[in-house]
Amino acid sequence: MRKRTNGVGLFSYAVFYLAFLYVPVLFLPLFSFNRSVFIAFPLTGFTTQWYRDMSADSAMLHALGNSLEVGTVTAIFSTMLGLLAAKALTRYRVPGGGALLAITSLPLFIPDIVLGISLLILLNALSIPLSLLTVIAGHSLICVPFAITVLMSRFEGFDKSLEEASLDLGENGWMTFWRVTFPLALPGIISSLLLTFIVSFDEFLIAYFLAGNEATLPIYIWGQLRFPYKLPAVLALGALILVASTILVVLAEWTRSRGLGDRKHMMVGA
Amino acid sequence: MTAVPSGHGGPFARLTHFYRRSEGARGLALLSPTMLIMLAALAAPLAILALYSFWTQDGYVLSTQFTLAQYATSLGRATYRELFYRSIEISSLVTLITVLLAYPMAYFVAFRVEKSKFVWLILLTIPFWTSYLLRVFAWKLILGYNGVINSGLMSLGVIHQPLEFLLYNPTAVVVTLAHAWAPFAILPIYVSLEKIDRSLLEAAADLGDGPVRRFLRITLPLSMPGVIAAAVMIFVPTTGDYVTPSLVGGSDGVMIANVIEVQFDKVGNWPLGAALAMASMAAVGLATLLFITAMRAAAGRIR
Repeated sequence: MRKRTNGVGLFSYAVFYLAFLYVPVLFLPLFSFNRSVFIAFPLTGFTTQWYRDMSADSAMLHALGNSLEVGTVTAIFSTMLGLLAAKALTRYRVPGGGALLAITSLPLFIPDIVLGISLLILLNALSIPLSLLTVIAGHSLICVPFAITVLMSRFEGFDKSLEEASLDLGENGWMTFWRVTFPLALPGIISSLLLTFIVSFDEFLIAYFLAGNEATLPIYIWGQLRFPYKLPAVLALGALILVASTILVVLAEWTRSRGLGDRKHMMVGA
Repeated sequence: MTAVPSGHGGPFARLTHFYRRSEGARGLALLSPTMLIMLAALAAPLAILALYSFWTQDGYVLSTQFTLAQYATSLGRATYRELFYRSIEISSLVTLITVLLAYPMAYFVAFRVEKSKFVWLILLTIPFWTSYLLRVFAWKLILGYNGVINSGLMSLGVIHQPLEFLLYNPTAVVVTLAHAWAPFAILPIYVSLEKIDRSLLEAAADLGDGPVRRFLRITLPLSMPGVIAAAVMIFVPTTGDYVTPSLVGGSDGVMIANVIEVQFDKVGNWPLGAALAMASMAAVGLATLLFITAMRAAAGRIR
């Protein structure tokens, strides 16, 4: 009996917690459809005006293009680096592997402001001009730890002996990778691509220091926040970004878990 | 591919042979591109940041004469010292609140949810991945003078004047950060709770321990690694947060990252900015070490 009431208490806490996570953010889409330019209650009526304003803004579209470009290249680059590291760390007994893994996750423990300014100083010292390329470099630095984590959990999830069997049966290392490792790791790879893309797409501070005269979408939004009359269009854009990011995250997590499900299936079949 | 005969051939052949035989060497070779790039991309910027903090800048002219002047300014000027204290204070508070709120949530998913764990975990991680900037900005809308809370309460007739104490102060920064970083705390705590061997709890129950004692003597100590990881993962980045104090902090809620950013803006004193960044990293590192030591000692005592 006591356990039951305890369970109900925890469950309602969990529901409140989810509300605390989501409700503040839901004000963005709510007010993006509100007719008044002022973001305040009471709501004054439904409009899609702000979405039209937003999509007609050429500076916004340019920034969106930049963010898509940076996110795509960052995702591919950091997933490739993550793939090498994850395979090495899960398939071989690398001396000092733990310490090496810790070094690659170091960017997560350095504040973004420090990463941003130190990269800025370095690029300046090397006379490398700021551009989208430098943003990609900065974003890859923070995305590689995510890629390694996601991919390592995938590599740990499937049986090493499948690769060994392929090698024993005469395939060389390269073909074994393409015909055995790659297909098995694919859910992890897709998940890593999607998640690193989102991290890059949403990242503001590092891009702010490294973008030079270009603007990514978060930099563009940051610039708009100063103008009260532009806020509704920013809310419309923000609402769309939230929806798109959410879809990508769900897709990424779903791919990853489906991959893990396959494994059970495979083991049952075997 | 031709096999390399052992013991014969030049040093290169012997090296190839060693490479084929040694698992560690092959692993290292595979790992090295990532490691080298990550090391270079981390070590080089941090090294030059350290270098800059010992230099001086006059207008646009950089002097590479070694000096501790920037550190003297960083630690000596009262405004900067105040900002260091405030940043550490704010992020300690944020860490405490976030971890306390996340623990029961993680506990619920680890111990009470049976079939739909995956759904709960996805629901809890979605905000982790989606726009930080927008999540912070949402709080500016909520707490603002004409914001959601004020206009909501006024249209309900609860208040007649907007409440001015909501936005632009350290409390607003704490609330916003605690919300923005909430998802970071759940996963590490959840993982450590999930790892706990359930038979330990059963054994304790069989031996007559009640639920409170079971929690205090088994669950809590065994989940401490997750709690410590969560705390560090929140404390370190929030101390250096720039977006939140800029949007909701006002002049009383300015944190150290804001003055660092200013040094790289138009006014521009890069060496001072570098010294401020180095000093704040040192402060955060020190605080983290103290915290981990204290937590370990406390966890040891519980057991």
